[in-house]
Amino acid sequence: MAATKDSKEQKYDRQLRLWGDHGQEALENAHVCLINATATGTEILKNLVLPGIGAFTIVDGHIVSGEDAGNNFFLSSDSIGKNRAQAATELLQELNSDVSGNFVEESPDKLLDNDPEFFHRFTIVIGVQLPESTCLRLGMVLWSASVPFLICKAYGLIGYMRLMVQEHTVIESHPDNALEDLRLDRPFDEFKSHIKSYNLSIMDKKDHSHTPWVIIVAKYLERWLSEHDGQPPKNYKEKEAFRQIIREGILKNENGGLEDEENFEEAIKNVNTALNPTKVPTSVEDLFNSEQCNNITAQSSSFWVMLRAVKEFVYNEGSGSLPVRGSIPDMIADSQKFINLQNVYREKAMQDAAAVSKHVESLLQSVGKPPESISEKDIKLFCKNSSFLRVVRCRSLAEEYSVDSINKDEITSRMDSPDSEMVFYLMLRAVDRFYQLHSRYPGFRKSLRISGAF
Amino acid sequence: MADAEEPEKKRRRIEDLTEKMAVESGHRDGGCYWEGRWNHVRKFLERPGPFTHPDFEPSTESLQFLLETCKILVIGAGGLGCELLKNLALSGFRLIHVVDMDTIDVSNLNRQFLFRPKDVGRPKAEVAADFINRRIPGCKVVPHFKKIQDFDESFYRQFHIIVCGLDSIVARRWINGMLISLLGYEDGVLDPSSIIPLIDGGTEGFKGNARVILPGMTACIDCTLELYPPQINFPMCTIASMPRLPEHCVEYARILQWPKEQPFGDTSLDGDNPEHIQWVFERSQERAAEFHITGITYRLTQGVVKRIIPAVASTNAVIAAACATEVFKIATSAYIPLNNYLVFNDVDGLYTYTFEAERKENCTACSQVPQDLQFPPSAKLQEVLEYLTENASLQMKSPAITTTLEGKNKTLYLQSVKSIEERTRPNLCKTLKELGLSDGQEIAVADVTTPQTVLFKINFTA
Repeated sequence: MAATKDSKEQKYDRQLRLWGDHGQEALENAHVCLINATATGTEILKNLVLPGIGAFTIVDGHIVSGEDAGNNFFLSSDSIGKNRAQAATELLQELNSDVSGNFVEESPDKLLDNDPEFFHRFTIVIGVQLPESTCLRLGMVLWSASVPFLICKAYGLIGYMRLMVQEHTVIESHPDNALEDLRLDRPFDEFKSHIKSYNLSIMDKKDHSHTPWVIIVAKYLERWLSEHDGQPPKNYKEKEAFRQIIREGILKNENGGLEDEENFEEAIKNVNTALNPTKVPTSVEDLFNSEQCNNITAQSSSFWVMLRAVKEFVYNEGSGSLPVRGSIPDMIADSQKFINLQNVYREKAMQDAAAVSKHVESLLQSVGKPPESISEKDIKLFCKNSSFLRVVRCRSLAEEYSVDSINKDEITSRMDSPDSEMVFYLMLRAVDRFYQLHSRYPGFRKSLRISGAF
Repeated sequence: MADAEEPEKKRRRIEDLTEKMAVESGHRDGGCYWEGRWNHVRKFLERPGPFTHPDFEPSTESLQFLLETCKILVIGAGGLGCELLKNLALSGFRLIHVVDMDTIDVSNLNRQFLFRPKDVGRPKAEVAADFINRRIPGCKVVPHFKKIQDFDESFYRQFHIIVCGLDSIVARRWINGMLISLLGYEDGVLDPSSIIPLIDGGTEGFKGNARVILPGMTACIDCTLELYPPQINFPMCTIASMPRLPEHCVEYARILQWPKEQPFGDTSLDGDNPEHIQWVFERSQERAAEFHITGITYRLTQGVVKRIIPAVASTNAVIAAACATEVFKIATSAYIPLNNYLVFNDVDGLYTYTFEAERKENCTACSQVPQDLQFPPSAKLQEVLEYLTENASLQMKSPAITTTLEGKNKTLYLQSVKSIEERTRPNLCKTLKELGLSDGQEIAVADVTTPQTVLFKINFTA
């Protein structure tokens, strides 16, 4: 790669702000395979080449026709008569010199006949406008090799995408509107002592108005709990009463009117979410209950080892909670109070990550792997994202197409609704079946070429 | 070929040649036609189908209309613009104009695929037009390295459809206002031939939207202004005396230190100048260190200074595809257009839906209804100004207020010209009564968000 790290930072700046350096690294280590350089196919590759995918390989045995050159930006009239894989590779390659473009002038069926393991090397295989039989054959090969398969078709204004992936784990899912992890319902010891260090009743006005809302809610919650038998505000009525108590804590000026204390307004506004109980999200609970988590072997990926370690943490040091995330939202406060509060959470997060680390170590040892196989950095990142972990699983094509496991109930129930897109799914299956039987698509007649209508 | 050729083959070859000649002269393409070139478009326009518009009749004329007559304006040659030009050109549109006031930057190259590293610094519109015209023979994209405000009605009137890939709400409102000003009414009835459809696309990271606007008929940009949340700026006291986040430190350097220290002389901060950003970065680090704040990076600094919005190729491709499809549907009347707003988000899986945005009865841009404002006569002009800028449906940027007093036109307040701003600034502290306004007084407000002044009627409250 001729590009320096600096120039790549500049070029990729806008996307780095979305998926970060990790995401970019993963992209640059990937090698995708596109089968059939149709307009749909090259459009997909364009959107991978531009952000810097490591490599692509186009598999296509077709020769470029006049039709191809008319609807595909990555084929020109000069490409007519050439192999389509080669022609498209040239014009896609020149989009980004960081990417390595390759082509194979061969039909996928031939490759499946002679060298199915050819497909094992790819991060993902994208099959566009493939006949059903090829899809099913390729699906079997890719499923057993654990290579994800993305099937795409486009006819006029109808498009179709089907993702087939056995298991895809995501640690950094970059959620849009994540709930904060403030632990107001179960403050850890260090948080408790920090709260204790504040005495709202003796503070001067400046400090009072610049105390973080988290402390305010925590203080008033302590009072409430002592007056309500340890029960936090539960329903709307109680939360309203709780908000009112906080409102009464706002300082009054000489005339008896309320001072302008924005931090108290913030506290009142945040009561609802602040009182959300801290719990392990169901999605993460489900992961804890999965086979991969409970059965750690030497073949287990680091995702599952770390997840198991977090599970052990939750049941031990965490007392039912995930490791503290360590980040807090901005809030009205003076710099020092805010930073001090932030540090309380940060330090707890580090402590929790260290405890998870110990579990990771013993798990690795138990399967005969060195403790360095998973880095501290990765464990910290995993802990920080523990509420947002995702595992995507899609069923195989074989299951979708097999008479025994077809989603009959789902399909028929959707058909009851007149606006359901299920109609298109069935139509597209019928189109594929038509092609298998007649080796042409419905509505296509070769004779039209001569009559001039086409 | 030899006379030994089979009669059947010979007949077919002659037929092919005559067909080709007929088609070539018909399209006046001069070599831009090759067999099968427009088959993909013909399948939409020359055969019936179950999804076509109820009034659709297959014909060969639609394709000819696209190739020879239909004039499209693409506003913006950036992330959406490049995709739009590609899609329109491949769909048969040839008479395309593109307007963009920017030049190419390295950070554009991850998605604005008509540009290469060697093009950095050149005008986007020109490089884009050049690329398309070369790659798609016969396509005649005309570039304009200009602001949309540099053109008047006579320019915009020539287009059948206008499609936008803008990155600014102000610009969107401006073109929206321009197309509304082109509308013709006869006895209060809208003349349909004066309507120029506006297809508007917008993207931000993994999110995007596309909408179809028929000015005077469907919801316009201003009808749904509340869909755009107002930009959040950090409070000054936070920036000046109690920073908590790295962003606060950057804003301190940008807003307070730069004008004070003028490190590069009397120049304003240029977010595209790496030396400027480096200076802000270093000052931000110093401030952050003072307050024990971590997390200042060059990337964060630049992001705050330039208000950078993340962007990727795929989102732009999706939204531009939706927009181009609508242009095609409207130009050919072959399919039912989107009615009228599409939302797309693939942050988590893939999510999309469409809905019909409704017209606002008293929309400042398209309702033709004079806007009523309620103020007590003791209200200061400053309050009126604040209302115009802060109200969610108005969101004006720097409104200039004039009125008629004693038969004469009087400027009450204007920000954009320094001398007038200084002269009229005292008016802000005066009450409406003191300024001589009466109940029901009409004021005319000009602003960058609209090409025409907006009339308001001030009604006095108790």
